[in-house]
Amino acid sequence: MSTPPIISARGLSKSFRGPGGRTVEAVSDLTMDVAPGTLTAFLGPNGAGKSTSLRMLTTLLRPTGGSASVCGFDVARQPAEVRARIGYIGQKNGAGQYQRVRDELLSQGALYGLGRAETRRRVDELVEALGLGELVRRPTMKLSGGQRRRVDIALGLIPGPRLLFLDEPTTGLDPQSRAHLWEHILGLRRRYGTTLFLTTHYLDEADQFAERVMVVDRGRIIADDTASRLKSDLAGDRITLTVDAGPAAAVAAVRGAADAAGVTGTAPEADRTGEVTRVVVAVDHGERVLPALLRALERGGHTVRTAELTRPTLDDVFLRLTGRSLREEEPGVPGTGPAPEATSVGVPR
Amino acid sequence: MTTAPTTRESPGGTPGGGPAQARPAGVLHDCVSVFVRELRPVLRDPFSLVFSLMQPLMFLAFFGPLLGGMTGLPIDRAFQWFVPGIVVMIALFGTAMTGSNLLFEIQSGAHERMLVAPVTRSALMVGRACKEMVPLVLQALVISGVAAFFGFRPSLPGMVVGLVVLAVFGVGLGALSYALAIVSRNRDWMFWTVQQGLLFPLMLLSGMLLPLEAGPGWMQVLSRFNPLTYMVDAERALFNGQFGDPSVAAGAVAAVVVAALGLTVGIRAMRNSI
Ligand SMILES: Nc1ncnc2c1ncn2[C@@H]1O[C@H](COP(=O)(O)OP(=O)(O)O)[C@@H](O)[C@H]1O
Ligand SMILES: [Mg+2]
Repeated sequence: MSTPPIISARGLSKSFRGPGGRTVEAVSDLTMDVAPGTLTAFLGPNGAGKSTSLRMLTTLLRPTGGSASVCGFDVARQPAEVRARIGYIGQKNGAGQYQRVRDELLSQGALYGLGRAETRRRVDELVEALGLGELVRRPTMKLSGGQRRRVDIALGLIPGPRLLFLDEPTTGLDPQSRAHLWEHILGLRRRYGTTLFLTTHYLDEADQFAERVMVVDRGRIIADDTASRLKSDLAGDRITLTVDAGPAAAVAAVRGAADAAGVTGTAPEADRTGEVTRVVVAVDHGERVLPALLRALERGGHTVRTAELTRPTLDDVFLRLTGRSLREEEPGVPGTGPAPEATSVGVPR
Repeated sequence: MTTAPTTRESPGGTPGGGPAQARPAGVLHDCVSVFVRELRPVLRDPFSLVFSLMQPLMFLAFFGPLLGGMTGLPIDRAFQWFVPGIVVMIALFGTAMTGSNLLFEIQSGAHERMLVAPVTRSALMVGRACKEMVPLVLQALVISGVAAFFGFRPSLPGMVVGLVVLAVFGVGLGALSYALAIVSRNRDWMFWTVQQGLLFPLMLLSGMLLPLEAGPGWMQVLSRFNPLTYMVDAERALFNGQFGDPSVAAGAVAAVVVAALGLTVGIRAMRNSI
């Protein structure tokens, strides 16, 4: 890394005194460097310590251990310097309930020391960009959840920060609003090169948009890489074939074909269903293995009824790392969780 | 690691460099910003002020004549004594409640958002507390106006000075209410319990509604420890144009002491409000 990191944390920790005098280690030993201009996602289940980490980095909470510098300033010793350089969109709604949308945006400009004219200019621009036009005169308590979230985003963008922290920016939004919001966040990054550091428990968001995913669980970072590398290193692809044969023969055939196709390290599992046998093979680079595998089976005189390539999700990564699923954390809120991603053959990722 | 695109505009539109940077604006500017933010909902919806006058108006309508009947004074004479007390009551009720707004903003994310802004922590308290003066003065004027229909005739210079003293007192009481809200942020029942638990004893032990001279000795002793008593006495003197009355100076001192105490406690609480 040639440029100095915009966020740098060393052993950052926070413990809370919990009920009954027990201490809760909300964040333990967070150590990381984040390069300017990047989009980093903190992915983890509820209670993993994502918000606590962000609240330490944004000077809201005093760390109980370690240190962190943000934009070159120490969060504990120079909080005012840090605050002047960052934007923050918290997990909860940032607008006062009795405040009208436009009033609250104007106040935000004043709080950030922007002049009147500059504040007005930014407010108008953000109202336009986030489609808040019809809502500006309404008190925020009369807005829907999605509308309120857009106001939060606008509030966070008023200072025009070089570094923006977002705590679960899209939680609770319908899929369309989520997509819309992401468009705006990514546009911001394209235009201004804003460094984005966000938390999410939506797998698909971390997967799709972040260059770097840090998986957090129980206050610790348990993996830190690009989404695709996390998936290929920690989960891998799966090929599921149904073959016209008994289990033993089917496994032998697939194993033979796999050898012929040059696949190493497969461990086919069979599962008989009626006349055919379903065989599952774990492989790397499934998109290349699958055609070769099919050709080899064909050459060996076996009939393949169906073939399916399953790409791993970050959930598989999480499952692999912790033995638990991230999805279990979202008990069936409609339209919030991403659909399982069973990719059929030939569909590009 | 992937780097961001190299061509950049800034949201501020300044050519070259990063985005136009927000900057700390100084304590006074911060106080004004917070003050204006707090004031906006009041100005947008001034009828809420009139609506919250229902209770004091009720006291005026029922208690005033009752007092007149008891003392044998005509209503206008009774009001010369009674209305200044009601004005203090308005200040007490309005400012003691005000912490609930902060409590709500702490529990939602609004307060947190403001804490991340480059705003001096003390300004977050001072700006809020200073706003308390506005509804207090406006409501006092409305009540005095209503009472004027029944023959209430305050001394105008006395009323102006009285409202200034009361506004200072309101800043302190508001700051204390905010401090209570901050302390109660994880258990909001505490705010209401403490607030209600203090409000009525303070009110009854101030001679606001009934003259304490008629009460037992212990009550009169307790009332001397109640800053509200000094406010009520001072307002009665001032609204009746008795600038030379010793209760005026005592009331002014009480107001300044409450304001200083409230702001000190409030600012300290604000520094640890998350
Ligand atoms: N103010 C607090 N007091 C006590 N415990 C807290 C506080 N804030 C967070 N925690 C605890 O710290 C842990 C991490 O919480 P949080 O950072 O909010 O997780 P996440 O944002 O990943 O859902 C949880 O066990 C939570 O209960
Ligand atoms: Mg959280």
